[in-house]
Amino acid sequence: MYNVKVYVTYKESILDPQGEAVRGAVHRMGFDEIDDIRIGKYFEIKVSKQEERSVEDVIETVCDKLLANVVMETYRYEIEEVKETV
Amino acid sequence: MRFAVIQFPGSNCDVDLLHAIRDGVGEEAEYVPHTADSLEGFDGVLLPGGFSYGDYLRSGAISRFSNIMSEVSRFAEEGKPVFGTCNGFQILVEAGLLPGALQRNKQLHFICKTTELKVDNNQTKFTSKYQKDEVLTIPIAHGEGSFYCDDDTLADLKANNQIVFTYASDNPNGSIENIAGIINKKGNVLGMMPHPERAIEDLLGSSDGLRFFQSMISNFVKETADV
Amino acid sequence: MKTIHEPSAEMIKDERIYAQWGLTDEEYRQISEDILGRLPNYTETGLFSVMWSEHCSYKNSKPVLRKFPTEGPHVLQGPGEGAGIVDIGDNQAVVFKAESHNHPSAVEPYEGAATGVGGIIRDIFSMGARPIAMLDSLRFGELDNERTKYLLEEVVAGIGGYGNCIGIPTVGGEIGFDPVYKGNPLVNAMCVGLIDHKDIQKGQAKGVGNTIMYVGAKTGRDGIHGATFASEEFSDGEESERSAVQVGDPFMEKLLMEACLELIKDHSDILVGIQDMGAAGLVSSSSEMASKAGSGLVLNLDDVPQRETHMTPYEMMLSESQERMLICVTKGSEERVKELFSRYELDAVNIGYVTDDGQYRLFHHGKPVADLPVDALAEEAPVYHKEYTEPARIQQFKDMKDFEPIVENAGETLKQLLQQPTIASKKSIFETYDSMVRTNTVVGPGSDAAVLRIRGTRKALAMTTDCNARYLYLNPEMGGQMAVAEAARNIVASGGEPLAITDCLNYGNPDKPEVFWELWTSADGIAKACNTLGTPVISGNVSLYNETNGEAIYPTPMIGMVGLVKDLDHVTTSEFKQAGDKIFSIGETKADFNGSELQKMQLGRIEGELFDFDIDKEKRIQDKVLKAIRNGWIQSAHDCSEGGLAVALIESAFPKELGIDVSVDIPKEWLFSESPSRFVLSVKPEVAKEVQALFGADAVEIGEVTDTGTAMIQTHNDQMELNVHEAKQIWEGAIPWLLKSKV
Repeated sequence: MYNVKVYVTYKESILDPQGEAVRGAVHRMGFDEIDDIRIGKYFEIKVSKQEERSVEDVIETVCDKLLANVVMETYRYEIEEVKETV
Repeated sequence: MRFAVIQFPGSNCDVDLLHAIRDGVGEEAEYVPHTADSLEGFDGVLLPGGFSYGDYLRSGAISRFSNIMSEVSRFAEEGKPVFGTCNGFQILVEAGLLPGALQRNKQLHFICKTTELKVDNNQTKFTSKYQKDEVLTIPIAHGEGSFYCDDDTLADLKANNQIVFTYASDNPNGSIENIAGIINKKGNVLGMMPHPERAIEDLLGSSDGLRFFQSMISNFVKETADV
Repeated sequence: MKTIHEPSAEMIKDERIYAQWGLTDEEYRQISEDILGRLPNYTETGLFSVMWSEHCSYKNSKPVLRKFPTEGPHVLQGPGEGAGIVDIGDNQAVVFKAESHNHPSAVEPYEGAATGVGGIIRDIFSMGARPIAMLDSLRFGELDNERTKYLLEEVVAGIGGYGNCIGIPTVGGEIGFDPVYKGNPLVNAMCVGLIDHKDIQKGQAKGVGNTIMYVGAKTGRDGIHGATFASEEFSDGEESERSAVQVGDPFMEKLLMEACLELIKDHSDILVGIQDMGAAGLVSSSSEMASKAGSGLVLNLDDVPQRETHMTPYEMMLSESQERMLICVTKGSEERVKELFSRYELDAVNIGYVTDDGQYRLFHHGKPVADLPVDALAEEAPVYHKEYTEPARIQQFKDMKDFEPIVENAGETLKQLLQQPTIASKKSIFETYDSMVRTNTVVGPGSDAAVLRIRGTRKALAMTTDCNARYLYLNPEMGGQMAVAEAARNIVASGGEPLAITDCLNYGNPDKPEVFWELWTSADGIAKACNTLGTPVISGNVSLYNETNGEAIYPTPMIGMVGLVKDLDHVTTSEFKQAGDKIFSIGETKADFNGSELQKMQLGRIEGELFDFDIDKEKRIQDKVLKAIRNGWIQSAHDCSEGGLAVALIESAFPKELGIDVSVDIPKEWLFSESPSRFVLSVKPEVAKEVQALFGADAVEIGEVTDTGTAMIQTHNDQMELNVHEAKQIWEGAIPWLLKSKV
């Protein structure tokens, strides 16, 4: 069993209107030291072990096909193996 | 009476509220920018629909930090009329002037159509010209209008008769208990997802919203006169 | 850090790098030998390659566009500016234009559609007009695969996402489905605005020393070469390499729109010209503004607001970042402009000035990076007279026997037709658009044309988009005429007088003589109909190379039309109003099935020779319908088109779920014929005689509206009886069902 955390964000070259608007708001609140905000999506995924394919393969395929729009988004993930307790 | 229509960046029903007050009920209304410090000289404040700050982050989440919001809160405290429709309702909720929250519609997309709206409470200053349980034809236009609150809040809303409008026939967005509009305990801050300002002329499909504004004007005027 | 290697001028020549950007050898020779007398550098080559692309220069379609009538007594501005303008009296005018965003929508449907909407809105407010309505004309493949469903849902979400947020009602449009659009959907957006004559602007940069200012969003590397990208065909497998995706920010555009409209209304003393930075961004807007005014321009690119670091001149000039405008203001007024835009939390930056030498000069890091004659860039792209040949299918179609449909039970056939996605209700889609914001929408989506009142007057504007591309596939010239005629029919049925049109000419690869023939001959048809109906072409755009794996779409010239309703009392909708009203069928019904919805449903394809169409007869009938409406005789009017008389009748019965009792002197099959120039009218019984007298042989009283909720239609060989409520459920449920069903 694995716990996987996936973070999807816009590629750096893509405009993030939401991030821009939130950055403007925190500046108006007086937090000028905040230089940049980019908004993304966060997924918590549980994956059970499989013989045929690696968890990395599964996650990357799911990200490429569904979770991220690779035309303009990028993603990274963290995999943590969990010991199964019976 | 003289009403302030607040213009947040991205408000887009400001013009409709202004017309509803000026042409619909023949009272005064002026735009006030979100950057203003004062609502001096106004008798009531109206928060329009739209997409303030693009609805980015959450609807109303950024607007509630606008400069003018402290004045809106003052009006709420002083018992003056505060009305928010659609995005205005979302801002009032984010600002804590009304309880609950507005979530994404159950079908996960924007919906614009005419709905049948039931007047659950006609004993408010905003609804006295309606009959109790009267069914009105009022449009909705929102993507995040599903009203949510916890059980305690809901019990509270019911106990205090704070649920003013509910969707009569079908629930268009998944709101709990079909809630479409609520009022604060004091009875001077009302928020609703439907747009009464879009229902003031038969030419455009309905004039059922007219009595909403007429109620507000006659009741709050009376109070000012009493003082 | 990104390092930038720009090829030298010699390398560009020797390695024919220009060819990768779409310039031909001959074009490159003209630039280097005839125009410059030297080799263009990297930046200059890039500028020419986008400005001389089909998308910016119309080099392939110019001879076609010259066929269109563009003038008329009411036309204040024809093609050539951001949008066309037509006078509507009282010192007011209507401004409108349509634009395609087909290729971006095929790649990233949400953002492609959203930025299409954003772009056309900027065209309207850059003229000085307040945008009042949006319409969208969409084409997709059949809803039998996940990709098409995804495209439809995302395009619709993108249109709504942008239009709803900016607060411009989306009031109409149409959606059609045919397999030819599977890999290449069409997303055409039309925006209509209202303007006072005194506020009309031009995109010009004139007056030596006047300042060029950049306003709105910062520039990133968005959609670089989008304009040339829009002029290339797709083939499978390319998908992942494309990156020309621009992200729309409707919130930013709302601020930009309000700021620009304030600048135009309140600061006309300092504003010289204003233009949207659309396709090919900064280079296109700035060079066109200078060229139109006969000026030159100096731009300092270090001052261009940049979202990303280390952008090259080439990238800055060609970026298609959204929500940006270029303005020219009088020298010394810059601070006033900055103050105005800062109130909307927007950047306004001086980036250059106007000169009188006709040169287009760019500086970066203090060094000149481009020095070109501005007219060569903006005006002097070569014009190609393409070869054209009639496609073989046309003769084959002429040789075919007319299609004879098989209708056993008219009621069953009608039910089937109501489920065809092109005919089925689009309610589940248009309900996701805010159609009412700004409270002027008298007739929203779902009727023949949308109608918006003009506040403070008794007048209203009717607007529609139409094109039956199947007819054009069978006969481009006649189909072109019919597309304009249908748009006019929808305007007239709504109580309006057709004023003018805009168009999006969507075609395949013009390098193929058969495709160019479609474009060439359909333009003849459009021009003829426009001349007869008195509706000049005041704006539009051309989208070519709409092909997938070498297969072209149907020729699809989307016609967007606006009409003037002279009095709100004339506003007419398609729905039957009350029992007892008499129903008239206007126009002649014949056995016209080639290219019909019924043929497609029964054969799975369309073929045969297109049926006859007479534009003069069309005009005569439309004039009479409008006269009858203005006389106050008409309760409802509905254009009779796809699916024929039966569909028109039942659609009119749906909104109030009324019944009809109709008897027609035709065989049951003809209920579904698509003979052109027809309407279904309902009138109060007391004026039935007058209506009959006005139309003479063009009208047949066929029955009446009932309160039974049943549609009864008697033909020679069938007695149809259909529950209107049930039929409506089928009609409204078809598209949601298709979208949900698994393949």
